[in-house]
Amino acid sequence: MRFLLRRFGHALFLLAGVSVLAFLFTSLAPGTYFDEMRLSPQIAPETVAALRAQYGVDKPLPVRYMSWLNSVLRGRMGFSFAYNSPVAPLLLVRARNTLVLTITSTLLAWAIALPLGVWSAERLGQLPDRLLSWGTAILLVIPDLALALGLLVFAVRTGWFPTGGMASVDFETLSPLNRLRDLAFHMILPVTALVLSSLPLLVRHVRAAVADVLNAPFLLAAMGHGIPRRTLLYRYALPAAANPLISLFGFSIGVLLSGSLLIEVVMSWPGLGPLLLESILARDLYVVIGGVLFSTLFLVGGNFLADLLLYWADPRIRTESSTR
Amino acid sequence: MKAPRAIVKWLITLVVLHGIVVCAGFFAPYDPVEQDRKSPYLPPMRVHFLGSNGDLHARPFFYSLKPREGSFDQYEQDTTEPHPLKFFLRGSHYRLLGFLPCRTHLFGAENARIYLLGTDGYGRDQLSRLLFGGQVSLLAGLLGAGITLLIGLCIGAVAGYYGGWTDSLLMRLAELFLALPWLYLLFAIRAFLPLAVSPLKAFFLIIVVIGMVGWARPARLVRGVVLSSKERDFVRAARGFGATHAYLLCRHILPETSSVLLTQAAILIPQYVLAEMTLSFLGLGVPEPVPSWGNLLSSLQQYSVLVSYWWMYLPALAMAPFFLGYLGLADSLQERGEEYKIETRSLGNLT
Repeated sequence: MRFLLRRFGHALFLLAGVSVLAFLFTSLAPGTYFDEMRLSPQIAPETVAALRAQYGVDKPLPVRYMSWLNSVLRGRMGFSFAYNSPVAPLLLVRARNTLVLTITSTLLAWAIALPLGVWSAERLGQLPDRLLSWGTAILLVIPDLALALGLLVFAVRTGWFPTGGMASVDFETLSPLNRLRDLAFHMILPVTALVLSSLPLLVRHVRAAVADVLNAPFLLAAMGHGIPRRTLLYRYALPAAANPLISLFGFSIGVLLSGSLLIEVVMSWPGLGPLLLESILARDLYVVIGGVLFSTLFLVGGNFLADLLLYWADPRIRTESSTR
Repeated sequence: MKAPRAIVKWLITLVVLHGIVVCAGFFAPYDPVEQDRKSPYLPPMRVHFLGSNGDLHARPFFYSLKPREGSFDQYEQDTTEPHPLKFFLRGSHYRLLGFLPCRTHLFGAENARIYLLGTDGYGRDQLSRLLFGGQVSLLAGLLGAGITLLIGLCIGAVAGYYGGWTDSLLMRLAELFLALPWLYLLFAIRAFLPLAVSPLKAFFLIIVVIGMVGWARPARLVRGVVLSSKERDFVRAARGFGATHAYLLCRHILPETSSVLLTQAAILIPQYVLAEMTLSFLGLGVPEPVPSWGNLLSSLQQYSVLVSYWWMYLPALAMAPFFLGYLGLADSLQERGEEYKIETRSLGNLT
């Protein structure tokens, strides 16, 4: 229990630290959202000054940080100048869209990577394994950007898939079932890109982890007892190889919000990525801070989840932490 | 210790690839910013040996493209006149390796212009832009990785060598940086720097930003190596002889970190090239007209380009060998590191 409490305290410390860091970076920034307004002849200088005073952009850093912290505790996370609304609801909608995309693709990638990695580890060094290794290496060296753009070029030239957005124009008029189908249809391309970009790493790790335990004496003994291959691989070898994979799974959970940024932008999926980019260009700084903090929350949460799972799965960690 | 074959193989591959990019002026037929206003979005030209009437040419040649009848963006081959490909031709001025004034190009043609990868919307040669863009992107990756490793080395060495509260403070800070999603961090830092700057300034700004983001992981690795090697017998002996901290660090401890740093470099460089590409692709990096691998692809953000000018995508494929080279190098370096570890461990058991 103490182990978990310590990890939890650590996670909280990380979040607090990241928020301070994000604020420090903003204080280094030259210019604010209101600088552009000053150039416009239609807006009086007094209005700009009033707006600056209203949002407190001229106040010193600690004061701004405290008032932002206050609004985080109230569930608003600051105020977006460009959208003229609190940041939290903005981020929540976008985060939902991102999660729809990334949860699907993460599950799919793991569902493919586990059997593929085990299959390849079983044939270590043989032709199918070597072919698969080359395949993953090639996928690994194609940058996400090139992958996403290539899929887009493919979609546009064949006309088989929609090339952007999350819904058709007539989405509102569709029946619930058709809405789901429409959503799935729009998800095909970004999900493919995300799966292809995360798959090679997962397969390599699964393969390495399983290959590591396949030579263990207990498996040789089990084989000698005549336990069928499939049971051997999935009931005995995979759990023994689980520890690094659980950490990796935690990482997969952690990047749910931040890993798809580029692909979202390229495929114009209305998730967190495009919002963040937009607000960077507009200097809408509370949205930027909110976005960074949101995705850090996931990253830290994913690590914490991995710790929990490891604690549950591995008796060694439990005893080690209780004796300490 | 002799370097294994795999490492040498990948190193040679990388040196050749980088050599091509470094001598971009020689391999590229044209200047990367030179515009051929009359031929925007020209598709890639094919090099022929067989003429349209079936006769074989000794020298490879190509046909220039002319607009198809009644169309303004469709081209067809003008088969009336074959243009022979000339090698070691004198063309536009450039500086070889950045300082030698030179005007010999590997290939080109005399009365027509050859575009092996097509042209972009301003009629600029995509092949030349790819090669010159590589200079920008790869240099950004190399310098960025250099900055990261330098920061990581300093912080890791200080944390590992002095220990105590310095160590805990620095490692907490490293954990903070590791917890931040790094692409977001990159964006966030870029967000708070001026947006419109000159290309040269933007280039160095990006390198510094990219270089400062990733120091945490190398710092932790270096710290681990320093921690274990500062208790080694030869270090203790040197300390006993009265060696100063600085001498111990530079002469005995930091050389131990070299293999970790090399592996990290092979991992970081392609990652940073990608970071530069991403920033430039999104318009936050090196601005036009200077080519970089990122802004070479950024025209693909327009739907019309995706639909009609697929060859604008070709540069993306041309970059893959570089990443493959770095991946192979990193893999074989890591493998050697593990073998080395096992070797030293078994030696330790023997004694």
